[in-house]
Amino acid sequence: MPAAPKSFQSLILTLHNYWSEKGCVILQPHDVEVGAGTLHPATVLRALGPKPWNAAYVQPSRRPGDGRYGENPNRLQHYYQYQVILKPNPANMQDLYLGSLEAIGLDLRTHDIRFVEDDWENPTVGAWGLGWEVWCDGMEVSQYTYFQQVGGLDVNPVAGELTYGLERLAMYVFGVDNVYDLPFNDPDSPLGALTYGDVFLANERQQSEANFHGYDVAVLKQQFEQMEEQVPLMLARSYKNETLVLPAYDMVLKASHLFNLMNARGAIAVAERASYIGRIRDLCKMCAQKWVELQEAA
Amino acid sequence: MPQLLLELFSEEIPARMQGQAAKDLERMAREHLAAAGFLPEALKTFAGPRRLTLVAEGLPLAQADRKEELKGPRVGAPQQAMDGFLRKAGLTQDQLVEQNGVWMAFVEKKGRPTAEIIAEMVEAIVRGFAWPKSMTWGTGKLRWVRPLKRILCVLDREVVPFEIDGIVSGDVTEGHRFMGDAKPLVAKDFDEYVAGLEAHYVVLDVEERKARILEGCKTLCFARHLELVEDIGLLEEVAGLAEWPTPVLGDMDPSFLDLPPEVIRTSMRTHQKYFAVRKPGQAGLAPHFITVANIEAKDGGKVIAAGNAKVLSSRLADARFFWDEDVKTGFEPWLAKLDGVTFHAKLGTMAQRVERIVALAGEIAPLVGADVDKAKEAARLAKGDLTSQMVGEFPELQGIMGGYYARHFGLDAEVAAAIEGHYKPQGPSDAVPTAPVSVAVALADKLDTLLGFFGIDEKPTGSKDPYALRRAALGVIRTILENGFPSSLFLIIAKPLARIRVAIDFESVRNAEAKISGVTQIPLSVRDEFIDRFIQQKFEEATGADSEAWASRVALDLVAFFADRLKVTLKDQGKRHDLVDAVFALGDDDLARIVARVEALDGFLKTDDGKNLLAGYKRASNILKAEEKKGPLPEGTPEEPAADSAAEVGLYQALRLLDRPLKDALAKEDFTGAMAQLAELRGPVDAYLDGVFVNDPEHRDNRLKTLAAVRAAMGLVADFGLVAG
Repeated sequence: MPAAPKSFQSLILTLHNYWSEKGCVILQPHDVEVGAGTLHPATVLRALGPKPWNAAYVQPSRRPGDGRYGENPNRLQHYYQYQVILKPNPANMQDLYLGSLEAIGLDLRTHDIRFVEDDWENPTVGAWGLGWEVWCDGMEVSQYTYFQQVGGLDVNPVAGELTYGLERLAMYVFGVDNVYDLPFNDPDSPLGALTYGDVFLANERQQSEANFHGYDVAVLKQQFEQMEEQVPLMLARSYKNETLVLPAYDMVLKASHLFNLMNARGAIAVAERASYIGRIRDLCKMCAQKWVELQEAA
Repeated sequence: MPQLLLELFSEEIPARMQGQAAKDLERMAREHLAAAGFLPEALKTFAGPRRLTLVAEGLPLAQADRKEELKGPRVGAPQQAMDGFLRKAGLTQDQLVEQNGVWMAFVEKKGRPTAEIIAEMVEAIVRGFAWPKSMTWGTGKLRWVRPLKRILCVLDREVVPFEIDGIVSGDVTEGHRFMGDAKPLVAKDFDEYVAGLEAHYVVLDVEERKARILEGCKTLCFARHLELVEDIGLLEEVAGLAEWPTPVLGDMDPSFLDLPPEVIRTSMRTHQKYFAVRKPGQAGLAPHFITVANIEAKDGGKVIAAGNAKVLSSRLADARFFWDEDVKTGFEPWLAKLDGVTFHAKLGTMAQRVERIVALAGEIAPLVGADVDKAKEAARLAKGDLTSQMVGEFPELQGIMGGYYARHFGLDAEVAAAIEGHYKPQGPSDAVPTAPVSVAVALADKLDTLLGFFGIDEKPTGSKDPYALRRAALGVIRTILENGFPSSLFLIIAKPLARIRVAIDFESVRNAEAKISGVTQIPLSVRDEFIDRFIQQKFEEATGADSEAWASRVALDLVAFFADRLKVTLKDQGKRHDLVDAVFALGDDDLARIVARVEALDGFLKTDDGKNLLAGYKRASNILKAEEKKGPLPEGTPEEPAADSAAEVGLYQALRLLDRPLKDALAKEDFTGAMAQLAELRGPVDAYLDGVFVNDPEHRDNRLKTLAAVRAAMGLVADFGLVAG
């Protein structure tokens, strides 16, 4: 077995190598702001339809409301999720997952690993599934889900999804209490060791201020409405009989991020929240529907 | 006799579902076996994190042969009927026998091998299992709570062969996920199975897992001079999370001990599923915790303890953050937020509910000896903590946090205690509030809930009680009885009922107000009257009933509901249900008085006088009933009988002498005294019934009036007709 990772980036590389060896496609992050790795089209859309699909990727995730100006050791408005999707889920998926924990240096005879009921749902994309939070010594290190519905549609075959919260996992594996102290590259790097804070602290500070005070709510609202209008128009277009689902879905993601920004600015009343979420879900359902039609026609 | 062993092995089953799953498996198996004509000598099921197991002892290897009688068409029925019957039964006409004009077939049914029946049974159970939530996986269609991996099924040490959606039955299972040699293990009967699992670090029986956890916890505590804070719910849950449960003691950063102990315990329990510990004989917590791991770790659990301690610290740091934020905010901003919180779509916002509780607490306060202003203030603040950060995170700390914050802000001690205790009692074993201000707010809170949901016709039915109204009613009953407050329920609920009526139509009222407020020249008094009429009209439109009738229906329903709950309570306390019924028949709505009557009656009927008087009552009552059938009984008070009829004079005098003191005793609610008065009737009633011929044509009227007078006098105390005996 190769040596256990010593830095944040080698943790990622270890997971990449592990899942690559298992046969997954290793993707790069989607280039639209998303709130969670699940929203990458490689998960939300690929989970639908009959075709097999096995992929792993890192996805930067933005949660504008979680910004703490770099002052909270555990909370970030921008962080990384490691995402694995296996469709159909193989019978030994739990064992594959546990193998990945061993690969990053967790000894399963020393640490207490538990699968604790946690049914996942994401109302903005009309998705839910059954599964667990995986605990390591009392800490949630992953979310493990068997999708049952995405975009309001039943999935068949079923995709299994794994989400690792990379910063939290790294903090645990490396015994670091403050995320900004995580070794980002090799601590013995001849080019100089950098911490997570060296790389991201300025970003956390600036983005927090922008999220809470900087963005113009009127502009956000206008952009949201524009995206909302554009989605059906894009879905009405096609190229060589192929509906433009992927561009339309990117617009849904943008709308979703704009909603999160408005929410962080405190611009969404409690009573309005559900209606906004419903609007995004409807857009997502339209895309999901078209995507399934394309998959089944192909 | 052969034994059946069945194991359904899956990925991790949610802990909360395991207990019911074991029961369901047992029930379904018993039903299937019974339908096949099997009655196992013993049948037991087990549930754990990865497996449901069933063992049944004493099954035969095949069903007994059976003779079946099939009734065919009448002799001479059309040929189509005969053909249809033969086709369905798989017979030919020469196998039929004529009997009483009907064609009959007597078919010998060979008993089927048990294994075949078991195979069908398992398939039916797996496909029909009622998990609270189930799923599909991979490319299959089968549903289970999580992916089903293996089925072990052996009858008399032989595999029962079958296949369910690609899962082939066998005699193989798996042990612990991480401990042991990770090789599949073969089990051909229950003893091998249990021993094999044990050797592979799996404790099958949840009771054994619980015992192992408790024992482990106590050993750890003993070594460190600590005491476990027992928590049965948590024990159940963690016993469902580990196949080889192994308690590990960890240290908590003692600087967090300044947080309220309830916060620490709740954080430990809900987020981390840890047990709390304390120093023996001391209140508060000790800075340690016990987590129940699923492995015996190679290092004895050092890494597990350290990791869990770190997680707990970050959880408690969050809790401290909530506390700090909350004490910066305070009650008034929280209360303002209640305006935006819906209590129930038909019952308005939490802010409106608070207004009603304040008014009601003010009305109840004088009845329970509480300061009216303090009761109203406590009621106003009681729901504030619902919008605090701490209660947002830990909803079960509602009230408790309110109390802490009220004391932190230096509010009046009685007010703080009422905020803290107003949800009490939260169950049959929880204590009722006793401080007067707390009692007023606790009663107001529960009565508002009851009135509201009865008002919108959301009453409990059967096993469904989503708003916990039975618990609320029981809480009211216990608070009133255990504090000994006398008062009429109707009286308490009349005014709040009127307020609820307004709340239900709040939307229309607001609309009406908006409409009217534009018309400034309308004098206020007229405006109010207009609104009243508007509410009345809206109400009638909405319910098709006039609101007075509605209010009395709700009040009656609610009092009947209380009566029902009180009966259950009294029966639980071992009071004879017939005595409870006898007192309830009087239609009283004062709980304390009802209980006093039941107790006095119970005491009276244990005396000789009581028993005999009851017998006398029954005789008199039977005579009256028999005579009533012949025509209406004479009405009025009996005349003084002739002086020569000693028995008649005796009862007449006894009734006259009884009248005043009996009514006095009842007026003073001295029910034991009233019973003692009734006891005076025993001799005269016995003498009368033995010596006087009631149906004597000359005296019938007066004699019936006398018996009716006896029944009426006794009826002031209870309906003796409903007493058994």
